[in-house]
Amino acid sequence: MLALTDRQQQLVSAIQEGLPLLPRPYLAIGERMGWSEAEVIAGLQQLQQQGIIRRMGLIVRHHELGYRANAMVVWNIPDPLIVDTAQRLTQFDFISLCYQRRRCLPHWPFNLYCMIHGQARQQVLAQIDHMVQQCQLTHLPREVLFSQRRFKQRGAYYNFNPSPHLPAPSPTGGPRAH
Amino acid sequence: MDGPSLTALDRQLLDQFQHQFPLTPHPYADIAAQIGSSEEAVLERLQQLQQNGVVSRVGVVINHRRVGASTLAAMAVPAEQLASVAARVTAYPEVNHNYEREHRLNLWFVVTATDPDHLARVIGAIEHDTGLSVLSMPMESDFHINLGFPLCWSLTDARPDRSSTTTG
Repeated sequence: MLALTDRQQQLVSAIQEGLPLLPRPYLAIGERMGWSEAEVIAGLQQLQQQGIIRRMGLIVRHHELGYRANAMVVWNIPDPLIVDTAQRLTQFDFISLCYQRRRCLPHWPFNLYCMIHGQARQQVLAQIDHMVQQCQLTHLPREVLFSQRRFKQRGAYYNFNPSPHLPAPSPTGGPRAH
Repeated sequence: MDGPSLTALDRQLLDQFQHQFPLTPHPYADIAAQIGSSEEAVLERLQQLQQNGVVSRVGVVINHRRVGASTLAAMAVPAEQLASVAARVTAYPEVNHNYEREHRLNLWFVVTATDPDHLARVIGAIEHDTGLSVLSMPMESDFHINLGFPLCWSLTDARPDRSSTTTG
């Protein structure tokens, strides 16, 4: 974990809701923060160089584009084999994300995750079969979890000054139906 | 494809500007110059794409492994309680994605906090709030550089070539 400077925290907070759709968005953000446009741009460049900003641009919601068959495929891979397995899986261009996550034993033995956003469930299942055969993973335990209702999808929200006691949240609007 | 109708300009914007958004004083004008359009048209289409939900924002994706603490969490929620439990989970500002999935563990959400202590308090609060236990699977490695979501405009179209920019 990297500690952000106070100014970096300020900038991340100011930009996390997105850029305004105005001809000079960095000027508008700077005006809210008391920074110059050049300071905002330089600050964002530095966050990118440090790898804190992973990417910047249009954040697309795949569901609205017709990609509604969203599968999370999980495997239990022996730890020494995980990097090699992940490298083989990420060759497939239908994989949009691939992560190693800590197991949560005894409830959840899986440690390798791939996300596939497809247009049709049958197509996604065929892609998974193909990938499993090609990577010789047929003998390893796996599960496929398709998503159903989406209750929330937004960028992470960093509150750098959280209150010491988390208040009980009040429920907000209902889920977005599929 | 079962999606909204998109203009040619929409597709150019979606194909080319999910990353490497210009860090220049007039970024929308610079985008327009790159794709042969006008600043007004680019802003108008981006407004429309945000309105119809195709684009959630023009913004940054923060690397959660470098800043703060985050985890993927899962709960097994009785079916009749799922909507109400999901609404309670969604209400936390620290929860940024929250999905139903087809599994005994049927509610999956991402929690992002400023530090590990804050993260643990959020998970504890959700457990207390719902009376259900939360499994937490924090990320250990990321094997794919996420350059945005590759789009193919019909089932027969070729996907945009990612080989020149993907390193993962």
